[in-house]
Amino acid sequence: MSLRRRKGWVGLLVAAFLAANMAGQALASPEEDRASFITLYRDQFPTLPLENYVNGALMLSIDAKSQFDSIMEFPPFQDDIDRGAALWEKPFRNGKTFASCFANGGRNVAGNYPYYAPAVDRVVTFEMDINRCLRDNGEAEFKFNDKATMGIITAYGRTLSDGMRVDVRVQGAGALAQYEQGRKLYFTRMGQYNFACASCHMANAGKILRTEILSPAVGQTTHWPVFRGGDNLNTLHMRYRRCMEQMRAAPFAAGSEELNNLEYFHSYLSNGLPMRASVYRK
Amino acid sequence: MSPRRNFLRILAVGSAYVATFAAGWLRPLQSLAADWNKAAFEAIVLADALRNIGAAASTESDQIQLKAPEIAENGAIVPVEITSKLPGTQTIYIFADKNPQPLVAIFEIEAGLEPFISTRIKMGESSKVRVLVKAGGKFYVATQEVKVTIGGCGG
Amino acid sequence: MADAMKIRARLQGDVADVKVLMFHPMETGLRKDPITGELIPLHFIQRVVATLNGRAVMNAQWSRAVSKNPFVHFRIHGAKSGDRVTVSWEDNMGEKAGIETTLN
Repeated sequence: MSLRRRKGWVGLLVAAFLAANMAGQALASPEEDRASFITLYRDQFPTLPLENYVNGALMLSIDAKSQFDSIMEFPPFQDDIDRGAALWEKPFRNGKTFASCFANGGRNVAGNYPYYAPAVDRVVTFEMDINRCLRDNGEAEFKFNDKATMGIITAYGRTLSDGMRVDVRVQGAGALAQYEQGRKLYFTRMGQYNFACASCHMANAGKILRTEILSPAVGQTTHWPVFRGGDNLNTLHMRYRRCMEQMRAAPFAAGSEELNNLEYFHSYLSNGLPMRASVYRK
Repeated sequence: MSPRRNFLRILAVGSAYVATFAAGWLRPLQSLAADWNKAAFEAIVLADALRNIGAAASTESDQIQLKAPEIAENGAIVPVEITSKLPGTQTIYIFADKNPQPLVAIFEIEAGLEPFISTRIKMGESSKVRVLVKAGGKFYVATQEVKVTIGGCGG
Repeated sequence: MADAMKIRARLQGDVADVKVLMFHPMETGLRKDPITGELIPLHFIQRVVATLNGRAVMNAQWSRAVSKNPFVHFRIHGAKSGDRVTVSWEDNMGEKAGIETTLN
């Protein structure tokens, strides 16, 4: 596959997006987007099954994946997950627990996040529902960027959905509008480096930038939080922020509407893929 | 029969630990402080570390299977797995040649223990991982180069 | 109170396959506290002993270069159902912990 042809895909996608925008036409549907991304990556990685995409850059290096498997045999951050479990199970002052706020006690729900809530015309993330649970039960909400609370509660809470296939719904005009905000951000160049998410993670997925293999967008949202180096907890929004900082852009806040909508669009791309929370990354 | 752990007691620092210590099962730990090869662990020069474990001379052996990454994802947590097929394996030593102090760990293989150890080590920079095995009173060695990079956009 | 360590011991025929995860900072003494700027003191596990029915099967000496929250995997031959496996450690500050399990 020649470089020019590969770059052509991004060009096509971006051009189509911009053209439609200017002409005021309807954009491609979420399903069409997801299909375009998958086609792009299948072109670049013809032998890799879609299921492998949950491993991101690791699927492109046997050496790296082997280290991941070895560490995941008995993860060094197990104590953080256990602290999360203790927090999840600890009753609120009113006697209820987090499990009471979610369907199935929180089992196999994370794959449906984010979802669109028509009542507030906003997208809701799993972390927002953690806070809603706290709020509804008279407890103080967690800060979205606090590893010691939101970090560890999701380090455990999200594992209750391990194995669940991502199933993000975008139905109706309201939901679609938020989805499109997220997609727009995905393609927006930002920061001193003037890169968009698309710049690195579409046609350049699989290439090496500063010793790192760039991962494809499909599969990226399935495995959070991660523990970098085995002990540094990072939620998805913390990672979005760090990426923005690396582009020398002032990052949006964790839990901000911008990042929520980005997560909505971004997660849709992983529909059908299995989730696994609290994994090792370098 | 499916192997299953059916009894587990965790002893933290404190009275529960002291009680069990008195019961005798922790007796091997009594002379701990004396049993730490300070000279070898604190040696900065590889040759000194080797000398301090008694391995001034060693023979390369393909009977030592060393499994370590080609490129460590993160130098703080490098999985290393060692299997010694040398008869009479007594001790396994792990070094990272270019660490500030090259000797990383010593595992004494007592009766009944398979000459197999898997653990995770820290490497400060790209270096040979060096495994020495003392077997039948003699030293044998195997090495593998492991690259350590500092991540760029990895975060 | 959180566990000091976790153990997984499975009997495979007459071999006890043992994996242990210890929760310990394994501080090298080279790291600075991000808030105070002070060096965090050297604090690492120095000695590890594993026993089968009270007899030492593995004796280890460690440096600060063993990874944080150390993991070790080893196999004991001649084990049988009902045998007791223990793993205990002591660090450079004199702190100790141990864990015991019975093979099934």
